[in-house]
Amino acid sequence: MKGNFIDNLPKVYGIYTGGFIGFIIIMAIAEQMGMTAKAIGIAFVAFTVFIYALIGWLSRTAQADAYYVAGRQVPTVFNGMATAADWMSGASFVAMAGGIYFKGYGYMALLVGWTGGYVLVASLLAPYLRKFGCYTVPDFIGTRYGGNLARFSAVVVLTVASFTYVTAQINATGTIASVALDIPFQYAVYVGLISILLCSMLGGMRGVTWTQVAQYIVLIIAYLLPVFWISNKMGAGFFPHFMLADEVARIGELEQQFGFVKNAAADLKSVPKGLAGITKAHSAVNATPWAFISLALAMMMGTASLPHVMMRYFTTPSVKAARKSVGWSLFFIFLLYSSAPMLATLSKLSLIDPNLPTGIIGKTFAEVEAIDWYQNWNQANLMFISDFNGNGTLELNEFFMGGKAVVLATPEIAGLPYVISGLVAAGGMAAAMSTADGLILAIANAISHDVYYKIIDPKAETAKRLLVARVLLVVIGFAGATIAAMEIQGILGSVIWAFDFAMSGLFFPLVLGVWWKRANRQGAIAGMLGGLIAGAWYLVWVRTGGSGFLGITQLTFGIFGSAVSLVLMVVVSLMTAEPDKATQKMVDDVRVPSGKSILGRSH
Amino acid sequence: MSNQQKHWEKTRGLLFITLAIWFVFSIGIFLFGAEMNEVTGPFGYPWTYWFTCQGSLGAFVILIFWFANRQEKIDEEFGFSEREDE
Repeated sequence: MKGNFIDNLPKVYGIYTGGFIGFIIIMAIAEQMGMTAKAIGIAFVAFTVFIYALIGWLSRTAQADAYYVAGRQVPTVFNGMATAADWMSGASFVAMAGGIYFKGYGYMALLVGWTGGYVLVASLLAPYLRKFGCYTVPDFIGTRYGGNLARFSAVVVLTVASFTYVTAQINATGTIASVALDIPFQYAVYVGLISILLCSMLGGMRGVTWTQVAQYIVLIIAYLLPVFWISNKMGAGFFPHFMLADEVARIGELEQQFGFVKNAAADLKSVPKGLAGITKAHSAVNATPWAFISLALAMMMGTASLPHVMMRYFTTPSVKAARKSVGWSLFFIFLLYSSAPMLATLSKLSLIDPNLPTGIIGKTFAEVEAIDWYQNWNQANLMFISDFNGNGTLELNEFFMGGKAVVLATPEIAGLPYVISGLVAAGGMAAAMSTADGLILAIANAISHDVYYKIIDPKAETAKRLLVARVLLVVIGFAGATIAAMEIQGILGSVIWAFDFAMSGLFFPLVLGVWWKRANRQGAIAGMLGGLIAGAWYLVWVRTGGSGFLGITQLTFGIFGSAVSLVLMVVVSLMTAEPDKATQKMVDDVRVPSGKSILGRSH
Repeated sequence: MSNQQKHWEKTRGLLFITLAIWFVFSIGIFLFGAEMNEVTGPFGYPWTYWFTCQGSLGAFVILIFWFANRQEKIDEEFGFSEREDE
């Protein structure tokens, strides 16, 4: 190919996408010829992980600005795809449709929160941080407010938030690897970790960028293809997003007909851990306005404070490109998020509608237990039925399912070939890997650049800096995997906590750093540490039986943390001296898109 | 007022408009979620349900592109737009 790599990107990824579709077709043919389900699962995961590792190796680099910010030459649309993959975690891919399936409207606050946050990113932060020219988020805090303590506080908040998040992602790669490769979870976690490190270790941000684009393509195909296929197969409409109104209404009708019968506590004890029944209305408003809004708001402010997302906008060629790139990111995220409720609708209707051949409610227990897919997923511990009232017929309140089953099992229930299940496994793996990569890199870069280079050894040579960065990457990865192997918290819980931690400590110090010239070092430090401590205290308090206040739960504790952070930051800033002239000039320069960045190209 | 101050004034104005629209789609609608869900909305879905599934999400995408274009116009107006070769 002629010309440089950047100009050839559309061609390179076009060929890649074609190749991947070709691979799906080959697998489909192999299935017809008798390839086993297990072999197909292994082939999908192994093939895609091999491609990512290859991209990671091809992107190896020895330059600081390529390692930290991919040389600042990632085009808008591709950065959008990379951000979307960075953003959509194993939780978005595997657990989101399941959450909507079980909890309906109240849960969908997450959809609004995880997209609306990008408006804040685009308007309040991304273009200004790009103009600043920093390598990491603490780099901005450290330079804007000055001093090692401010920089170090930002590293602390970043590490707490990202580490909470990354264990969940390594856990997800482990879960998928253990199912697809049929190995125990304790080992699968490390298989997942090695795959993750292969993408990021040699090329840093450059390697992660180009693997994330590749991972986005895999995960979006793996999510959308089954949704469209199932919808068509069920006769629900060829474009589900615009055509499922009747199905949504039908679910409402069935809910009325069956009613939500409350199970006795003694009966529920027999249900395996992690499985749930349908107890909430599908499309009706089932949460108070504040419950919905507080969750959405916490996720939006968390989005704007999570460093692994913010640092993706440091890689664009210009400030203008950073703004547009946020729009593209959200567009690519929208494609998946707007499909999740459709998948939940299709999945639920296909299971509960007695008029459909796949419907199991109203069938006898003997009939349901004879179904192949029921046996498979019951064995995988994701489905369970029990005849509580002893009438021999399955009722709505007697059917239990794991949240992951909505994405993982629906293709099989709808009678799609196994090749689709293999594809879904590869998609889930891509989603979890890409997010884990972004997070581990964010932590390792912050420690290597901000703590090691800026605070401990400012004279270190590039080769030594990058060596430290890579060693940290491996250490943090292994620490994350070790904690993930202990399986402390479910995938989704820890993801939401990460948002709350990030917003508690970083939202206001970042935003006010650009929008309030009077904000100074003392205020920022008080805001970061005070916010983080207040948020963490609230979480511990509620977890240990505290009643909480103002309806703030353990999922939205960031609202309390960030409020404390804002008050402390404003009060302490006003009580201490205003920033010096040089800092004020720096803020003025950040607000103008043209001209040189504040920090040099290589710093 | 210097050129730079005027530019910032306009930029801030655009921010407030953007955040106001953002507020409507992320918070405003859901203050009246229960009432609005009684009404049939686009494509036949209940209104609030449709907004949580697609409407608000799509509105955010459009809002960001609109914001980016407006901000570029403001930057051009005051001569602060970047040259492509920078």
